[in-house]
Amino acid sequence: MAGSDIGLWGVPLAILGGAIRVSTPFIYVSLGETITERSGRINLGLEGILVFGAMTAYAVAYMTSSPTLGVLASSGAGACFGLFHGWICKFPKVNDIAIGIAMMLFGTGFAFFLGKPFIQPLAPHLPALPLGFWSDIPQVRAALDVNVLFLIGVGLAVVLWWAFRNTRIGLIIRVVGDSADAARAMGVDPDRVRLLSTAAGSALAAIGGGYLSLYYPGSWNESISSGQGLMAVALVIFSRWNPLGCLAAAILFGGAGSLGPALQSVGLTHGYYLFYAAPYVLTLAIMIATSSPGRTLAGAPGALSITK
Amino acid sequence: MIQRPACNRRQFLKTSTAAAALGVLGTGSAPAATATLGFIYVGPKDDYGYNQAHAEGAAALKGMAGITVIEEEKVPETVDALKTMESMINIEGTGLLFPTSFGYFDPFMLQAATKYPKIQFRHCGGLWTDKNPKNAGSYFGYIGTCQYLNGIVAGHMTKSKKLGFVAAKPIPQVLLNINSFLLGARTVDPAVTCQVIFTGEWSLAVREAEATNALLDQGADVVTCHVDSPKVVVQTAAGRGAYVCGYHANQAPLAPEKYLTGAEWNWANVYKLYATKFLGGETLPNFTRGGLADGFVKMSPLGKAVSEPARKQFEAKMAEMLKGNYAIIKGPLKDNKGSEVVAGGTAYVETAIELENMNYLVEGVIGATS
Amino acid sequence: MSEATSETAFEAVGGQHSGSARAWIARRAEGVVLPLAALFAGMAAFSIFLLVIGKSPPELFELMWRGGFSSWFSIQNTLSRTTPLLLAGLCVALPARLGLAVIGGEGAIVLGGVATAAIGEALGGSGLPGPLGIGVMAIAGMAVGALWIGGVGALRHYRAVNETISSLLLAYIAIAIMNHLVEGPLRDPASLNKPSTQPLEAAYRIGSIPGTDVHWGLAVGVVACILCWVLIEKTSWGFAARIAGGNMRAAQIQGLPVGSLIVGFCAIAGACAGLGGTLEVAAVHGAANASLAAGYGYTGILVAFLARQNPLAIIPVAILLGGIDASGGLIQRRMHLPDATVLVLQGMIFIAILFSDTFYGRFKAFNPELWTEKA
Repeated sequence: MAGSDIGLWGVPLAILGGAIRVSTPFIYVSLGETITERSGRINLGLEGILVFGAMTAYAVAYMTSSPTLGVLASSGAGACFGLFHGWICKFPKVNDIAIGIAMMLFGTGFAFFLGKPFIQPLAPHLPALPLGFWSDIPQVRAALDVNVLFLIGVGLAVVLWWAFRNTRIGLIIRVVGDSADAARAMGVDPDRVRLLSTAAGSALAAIGGGYLSLYYPGSWNESISSGQGLMAVALVIFSRWNPLGCLAAAILFGGAGSLGPALQSVGLTHGYYLFYAAPYVLTLAIMIATSSPGRTLAGAPGALSITK
Repeated sequence: MIQRPACNRRQFLKTSTAAAALGVLGTGSAPAATATLGFIYVGPKDDYGYNQAHAEGAAALKGMAGITVIEEEKVPETVDALKTMESMINIEGTGLLFPTSFGYFDPFMLQAATKYPKIQFRHCGGLWTDKNPKNAGSYFGYIGTCQYLNGIVAGHMTKSKKLGFVAAKPIPQVLLNINSFLLGARTVDPAVTCQVIFTGEWSLAVREAEATNALLDQGADVVTCHVDSPKVVVQTAAGRGAYVCGYHANQAPLAPEKYLTGAEWNWANVYKLYATKFLGGETLPNFTRGGLADGFVKMSPLGKAVSEPARKQFEAKMAEMLKGNYAIIKGPLKDNKGSEVVAGGTAYVETAIELENMNYLVEGVIGATS
Repeated sequence: MSEATSETAFEAVGGQHSGSARAWIARRAEGVVLPLAALFAGMAAFSIFLLVIGKSPPELFELMWRGGFSSWFSIQNTLSRTTPLLLAGLCVALPARLGLAVIGGEGAIVLGGVATAAIGEALGGSGLPGPLGIGVMAIAGMAVGALWIGGVGALRHYRAVNETISSLLLAYIAIAIMNHLVEGPLRDPASLNKPSTQPLEAAYRIGSIPGTDVHWGLAVGVVACILCWVLIEKTSWGFAARIAGGNMRAAQIQGLPVGSLIVGFCAIAGACAGLGGTLEVAAVHGAANASLAAGYGYTGILVAFLARQNPLAIIPVAILLGGIDASGGLIQRRMHLPDATVLVLQGMIFIAILFSDTFYGRFKAFNPELWTEKA
């Protein structure tokens, strides 16, 4: 498809396209981690679960020719990992940060192991909605090719934000996250809530992985992830455990990720490695700017181990 | 094909009274009827790209009588590589090793070769010179000529007159590919340009996809690449309706409507050559390079989208190249900053050693090496 | 991380009960038996996994023994891989005693290596004698590493930025900086297809321990572990750090210089990792290039946790993991298992070890009181 020459407009368009394309896994992982952390657990294993979800989605989609089944299967696999994480962390003295790191290694290794036979074959892709139909310019149309999962992710962020404020289950999760004793006083079993929250969070993270392998970049191999799972956990913290904040942060991050190639394409080539580091620098800068000994603790779930 | 030093031809002794698996051979001593050959890959064997091409070559040896093939994948370019080589030698009695990633050469393979003078090492892509151990050597294929042919087809098929190239790092082998691609296209239309984006990594899926999208956003409508696994680039480009030329291996199954042709390795030929010589007790050449004429590299079959004029020019040029001694880089040639890099009247055939030092992008390539 | 033990604050800082040798053994035994039991449990779980996929566990463990430990060649293979793990493990273990989870050692290794190569290049031709040159390079590597991880500690103390995330982000940034420098300003034009810095002069290279294939870095790593253990267990700094690790707020209230401790220990941890980078450049590669980012920093996380953050225990654990790594190639080749198999094994062992934390203090057999009364 011959494209018109859009010159420097390529950069903001790439940022827009990237914000949509690249952010989707971040949205899912950060929303999932928000649920988990609001309940008082931190799950650093999401990087491994993301990769495992990518592999599962690809494998199932290939074997059943249905990308939707692939995504559902990956959420199931993610939920299993989450249940395991939640179960093992409820034992006294088991450190959830450490377990998360272990799951990161295990999930990735297990995914590579099982995923070997699926690197070659072609799995069907998830469909996209051509939201740029109104434009004549092919680049705009390409940038606005929005995947269903992105839209669901945006919707989910709004739903979660509303649910945490206004529903009973949201309240329960928040209470468990602030104080296990207060939860017990309410008649709620904190371990059970945390178990289910972790499972839900992991299921969402795995869907994020499925997006990577079934839509963008749309391929399963061992270099599919560049640390998205871990970055998303960072996003949760600096968006202050607010689902809408997570959405905004993920979109920002996705846009920053497209900066490198886009700048090269308009001629800014010097130091391209440093541009590729832009998302990480941005995240770190924002974390530094928005944290302070007093403020970090405000809004954090009281039972979260990293805030103790 | 270049071979240095001149090969001593010895009688190939067909004997069935071989000793038990004696993998250890010196240079041209008693022939063994069996041998163990070791292959070391830096990435996964099934990456639809660089490593897979080598694995397919190794697989061609598995049927050969008397040859045992052992392989190890995902060996990083650290002391691990040295230890893997030593392990293959000490534990499995490997007599001939093929470390296939560029970064294995110095210092790891050189150290291993110095330490085990009776074992043969042949490295893919390295620059063996007389100062290096005699039991070591290097081999490579002139895949730049294939990218030139890619470029010819691309030049015909592009409507925007803009090509795209997703490259990993600005090293000479990659730069030669980029330059060849553009020069091939310019034989069709001198106004064609090629934009290159460097991802900085040999294999990083998301960045390769983003780079492809950025190139397409800037108007490219035929894309090729030089990364370890072209799968993502091929799928992303074809998904947006652009044509693709493949690299390393045949990616046509990924995008049959949009795949034009591809530059592929044909390592099976190279490995069979080495294996046969090794089994026969002959001295192995130290510096082996080969191109289309030697069967070291090949082109993918032309895709159905390729136009008739493209096909004609492609086939004509291929026939010309098969005669050998074709020069892609010839003067007068300017780089894309305006300086002259090749003086008028100079021509570098594919075998020219100067090409291994390439550090420029020719005029018409949009992009910079740093 | 030291809340992993059930001890009171008294015991947390090594307070001894008065009593017999048996009581002493009982206390120490827990710290050895439980991790070993967990190791076996992890390997048992892995064996079940192997059986499910139709492979033979005895064959795998035999290959692991053969590839890692059974011959002089294998032992050297293992020891070569141990050195970076020792230093990477220290980078995680030291802040962990303070209760911090720093996992970005990879960044300090990489930048330490680049600094070493840069200084080495600057010293080239200066006539500075070999050992002195190596010393200067090592100081450069350690300084850069200390700054990097010390920065993580500072961010944690002064801005309450979570150290796990900041160290990880900084690791990615460090790798990008390294790539930029190695392919750009510091690039050796002769390093054609593998962008590297100028190779170090022969005098500034670290050689092998005589009679072996293993370079002197191993000795450096072991000494570093011993020194760090002394720091933590025998100095007042270490004492204060362990108290702070038990309860940061209580320590602050008691007036301990928590800020200095955090930044200081993180800096030392970074120095260890930076030294690891120096050794990789001076002993292995001879120059800095992209191969420095080999993932040792991440394996170091596993080493530290398996050793339960004890610097002395890091030595055997690093050897064990080095051996598993060393045999990985053999397992791949003989059993036709993918390279990821070793990752699965490591993950299972890791989870088992972490799970075993919950058993501390639960078994009466390890209770020193039991043994003291009988004395």
